[in-house]
Amino acid sequence: MRAYIIRRLLLMIPTLFIVSLLVFFLVRLMPGDTVDAVMAATGGYVEVDRGMVERELGLDVPLIIQYGRWVGVAPQVDGSFSGILQGDLGTSWWMKLPVTELVATKWPVTLELGIMALIIGQLLALPIGVYSAIRQDAWGDYIARSFAIMCIAVPGFWLGTLVIVFPSIWWGYMPPIMLIPFTEDPIGNLKMFIVPAIILGMSMTGVTMRMTRTMMLEVLRQDYIRTACAKGLRERVVVIRHALRNALIPIVTIVGIRLPVMIGGSVIIEQIFSLPGMGRLMIEATIRRDYTLISGIMLLFTGGIVLINLMVDLTYGFLDPRIRYK
Amino acid sequence: MLVNLVMRLVKEKPLGTVGLVITLLLLLTGIFANFLAPYGMNEINLADKLAAPSAKYWLGTDNVGRDILSRVIYGARISMVVGLGASIMATSISLIIGVVCGYIGGKFDLIVQRFVDAWMCLPGLVLFLVIITIIRPGIWSLIFVIGVSWGISGSRIIRSATIVVKENVYVEAAVAIGCPTSRILARHILPNIMAPIIILFTARVPAVIMAEASLSFLGFGIPPPAPSWGGMLSGRGREFMFLAPWMAIWPGLALSIVVYGVNMFGDAVRDLLDPRLRGGVGRYGMRVKKGKKGKEGGDANQSSTTE
Repeated sequence: MRAYIIRRLLLMIPTLFIVSLLVFFLVRLMPGDTVDAVMAATGGYVEVDRGMVERELGLDVPLIIQYGRWVGVAPQVDGSFSGILQGDLGTSWWMKLPVTELVATKWPVTLELGIMALIIGQLLALPIGVYSAIRQDAWGDYIARSFAIMCIAVPGFWLGTLVIVFPSIWWGYMPPIMLIPFTEDPIGNLKMFIVPAIILGMSMTGVTMRMTRTMMLEVLRQDYIRTACAKGLRERVVVIRHALRNALIPIVTIVGIRLPVMIGGSVIIEQIFSLPGMGRLMIEATIRRDYTLISGIMLLFTGGIVLINLMVDLTYGFLDPRIRYK
Repeated sequence: MLVNLVMRLVKEKPLGTVGLVITLLLLLTGIFANFLAPYGMNEINLADKLAAPSAKYWLGTDNVGRDILSRVIYGARISMVVGLGASIMATSISLIIGVVCGYIGGKFDLIVQRFVDAWMCLPGLVLFLVIITIIRPGIWSLIFVIGVSWGISGSRIIRSATIVVKENVYVEAAVAIGCPTSRILARHILPNIMAPIIILFTARVPAVIMAEASLSFLGFGIPPPAPSWGGMLSGRGREFMFLAPWMAIWPGLALSIVVYGVNMFGDAVRDLLDPRLRGGVGRYGMRVKKGKKGKEGGDANQSSTTE
């Protein structure tokens, strides 16, 4: 097991290297010079020397050296090494703060939103999916399947808009604008996150529910299920212990696959419900052409996805003892 | 073959038929938007701004007095063009990368696949935001961005299908008799990976429509005043939705129905094309245990396939 994890971690290195190349050069292709943006930000009142700004932002050296500095293999202007490898994502020129510091206040919001969405989504998807498979082609199954498709078809940004517009018209209710920290008011914090989390989790719910149903239908046809039924086990035991457990692997896989989609969804949901998370930071950074911030956030998102995919692979071993990693 | 497929669809898949009807409606609305829309898409009647739905404006008007029905109808054209355009582009790119990698294999495949791996790790929407900022928002850049991005990630499916087909004896035989590679690809590989290609394409269309709407909603898609369904729900109009809630309803509803319909249609096509799911599988398990008679024949055909 340990050897397997180490090998997987080593295999992540080339992937992350290519990702860092893609992110760095994609972002550098953005039109609208950062220098222009910086000079515009001074309002034109101060005469700024272009060369000086370029030097300050480190844009006066060739791209390859910029990349080297960003990764942390080429020395910075002052001769020190501070890049990704040293845990430094650079400084945002727009906020004048280190990217890591900016992100530190934002990622808990996105993480909380994501985890809540995931939990709510699975709590709905698994039971309904299992029910749907057991009562295949009955009315309950049709309703459940229609619900699943609806979850996928209804866009989160529309539902979010409706949830904001109609309660305010009917009851004069507005969602809170300021973030309520969990440490100060846990109930208020959960209240604030629950609706966005449900909407964010919705498409995942639909996808997982369909997957659960398909896998359960496949597993329920296996001989060992018939044996389990024949030896007189209760239906609940057969379904949960014999069937569901064997159906779980593809379900977990699909959760891993849908994760990047959910990150995209959280960008939209944070925007609608004005939650100060990574998604909103990302949009702000894109509008301001803040290269370092954009690359930093993209790299963090991608790193997260790579890590979670690894964790998904590792859960297979726990779910199915037949899978032993060598 | 096509007529046959439609007949089977209508006979075996009621939901898929509904999806087909919705898909056709989208196409017709998109093509004939000029004739169907009672007003122009950007025709401004300031006197009637924020008018509630009425006989004159069936779905009401927005904050500058544009007829929402007309805009929703023209929005169908945008969804159709982007949905089809980006899906065709994505599928073509997947096809090229997938077939080349799958057929050549070896080191070339290994290296290209590492790039595909890395690309698939980038979160889609965030990637779109960045690329669209690079090439400026607009309908063609959206098609390009979504097409290229999903073309790369979709190549996996085509690649695995190609590898499976390549192992067949008839390919070996074709190679042995000195058949040129281009002919092998066109005559032996391509026809045999048609099913995954069609499945990939039909699955892409609704996803592209949704992605376009999401990007336009965020202000990174098709710039206003073009009537994109996503864009209609964002921007300046949002401030007026509390006064005119109908502005918030119709574009989203149209989008939901279309995504639902195209999804159902795609699902049905996939079920019909996947030989593994054809003809139904024997049914054991809960049904039989509950003492209900297992259904045979045509019915088993219908069940067990739609997820």
